Amino acid sequence: MTATTVRAGTVLRGRPPRRVGLGWAFFERQTNLWKRYWAWEIVWLLYGVVNTLSITFIANEAAVTGVLSRREVSRLTMFLLIGTLVWAYLSAVLDDMSLTIMWERWEGTIEHTLMAPVPRVVHLMGMSAFGVLHALVRTTLILAFSLPFFHVQLGAADWATALAVVVVGSVSVVGLGILAGILPLLYPERGEQMSFMVQALVLLVSGVYYSVNVLPGWLQAASHVSPATYLLSGIRDALLNSATIGHEGSVLGILAIFGAVLVPLSLVAFHAAERWAKKTGRLKRQG
Amino acid sequence: MEAPLGRRALPLDVQNVSKIFGSKRRPHLPWSSPGEGRRQERAALDNVSFQVPEGEIYGVLGANGSGKSTLVRILSTLLLPDSGTVKVFGHDVVKEAPAVRPLLNRVSVDPSFFKPMSAMENLLFFGRAYGMRGQEVRELSTQLLDRLGLSREHASEPMLHLSRGQQQKVAVARAFLSSPRLMLLDEPTTGLDPRSKREVQSFVTEARRSSGVTILLTTHDMDEAEALCDRTGFLSGGHLVAEGTPLELRKQVAAGRPLDDVDMETVFIEITGRSIEEDEELEDEVKGP
Repeated sequence: MTATTVRAGTVLRGRPPRRVGLGWAFFERQTNLWKRYWAWEIVWLLYGVVNTLSITFIANEAAVTGVLSRREVSRLTMFLLIGTLVWAYLSAVLDDMSLTIMWERWEGTIEHTLMAPVPRVVHLMGMSAFGVLHALVRTTLILAFSLPFFHVQLGAADWATALAVVVVGSVSVVGLGILAGILPLLYPERGEQMSFMVQALVLLVSGVYYSVNVLPGWLQAASHVSPATYLLSGIRDALLNSATIGHEGSVLGILAIFGAVLVPLSLVAFHAAERWAKKTGRLKRQG
Repeated sequence: MEAPLGRRALPLDVQNVSKIFGSKRRPHLPWSSPGEGRRQERAALDNVSFQVPEGEIYGVLGANGSGKSTLVRILSTLLLPDSGTVKVFGHDVVKEAPAVRPLLNRVSVDPSFFKPMSAMENLLFFGRAYGMRGQEVRELSTQLLDRLGLSREHASEPMLHLSRGQQQKVAVARAFLSSPRLMLLDEPTTGLDPRSKREVQSFVTEARRSSGVTILLTTHDMDEAEALCDRTGFLSGGHLVAEGTPLELRKQVAAGRPLDDVDMETVFIEITGRSIEEDEELEDEVKGP
């Protein structure tokens, strides 16, 4: 035992914890969990591919009925394909962030994790980094499996602009994800279902499968406060209309503003929710 | 910042801590059952004060629902007291939580791990969360698990495959991994088989002796309290109703009887008026809307 035990306090004393290392703890843990739940990952991948195919085949229906010209069908195919893929990405990030608290409640680790000396901002950034990377990998795989089913022209697409929109837009998506993750903190029993409502609202107003112009006026107004609207618009412009980064300056600017507002706002809100949960005794395991 | 030498801060200083659970009445809706939404407030802790000097094992004895876990949650910075102060090595657990957290760790009654992950993966996560490097965690974890009778094979098994006793030993290793200066042991041996219980108790005793860690142990096992604790406090209905060494507490209730005839169970019953096996009200049951 003498050889085993470190004098109390000596491991941490005199050495400030490295923030990157602390954030890495969460990234690494999520990666380890993901490896153990690989079967679920396959299920979600399959679901994503089937969902993408089911929705994008609607364009083929339009071709069969002759409602649209061949060129319009090709455009509709791309429109729907981009919508389903972007939604696969957004929902994966939002899901992962919503699980920040829920997963810990299921496993019973919530108290041990939240009493660890990790600043909450570092904790959430570690979870966000994993969520974004996880969502990118899954969406890329869905794209790879889905593309062979459709005849799409991507030669004119401006990939650099699309990538810029994804990168800048992801910051605001992370902010939304942190806000969604607060709900399970506030409502231990029904928080997860409530976070699904957030996703559903974003899906409705952001023009994922249709242009926001087809929405009633009041829903169009709501679409302006969803960063997903601008993310989709920017990616579609880049891939369908060959828009350059210069052309998408305003979209990138709006997304950057969303990110600059949503991330600090979500961190402040998370802090307030955590304090309230500590006051009311909600930081407990469940199940 | 720690207090300067010469007037070193106490590892644990609890002063007049109270915590009340309960909520305002909710509106009675047509589909609500009778009485629903009329929750009453209840003091889980009521004006509790005690101090623990460096290197001591201080036992908090109480029945289920007496306030033990509420106390541990407050010390762990997971629950805010309604009034009173708690200081860990001079740092207030509410106002200076970031300074308190590196100083303490905890073993809870439930092992609480990411069950699909291996013991080592779990330890790697929790070690890193305390600022340790990966290699450092692996080396120290291996030593701690070995001391607790768990092999490298156990360490690489998913936690799901380990027995309750083995999981609790991993929990003990996790808590000591960060070499805390204050250890909170919340019923660490409840539900363990006798052998695992002895091994965990032996580990705790040796850890205190060799590392100097200060320990707060909550339990409703009288034998465990008497074997491990330097001093104990009895918690009943959220009140700390008695405090002292096991010998002092026995003398307090002996009333002329030989001390050997007065065991801790008797002491507890005579002081609190109830058996330690008798559950009190659930202390902090909180439901979402």
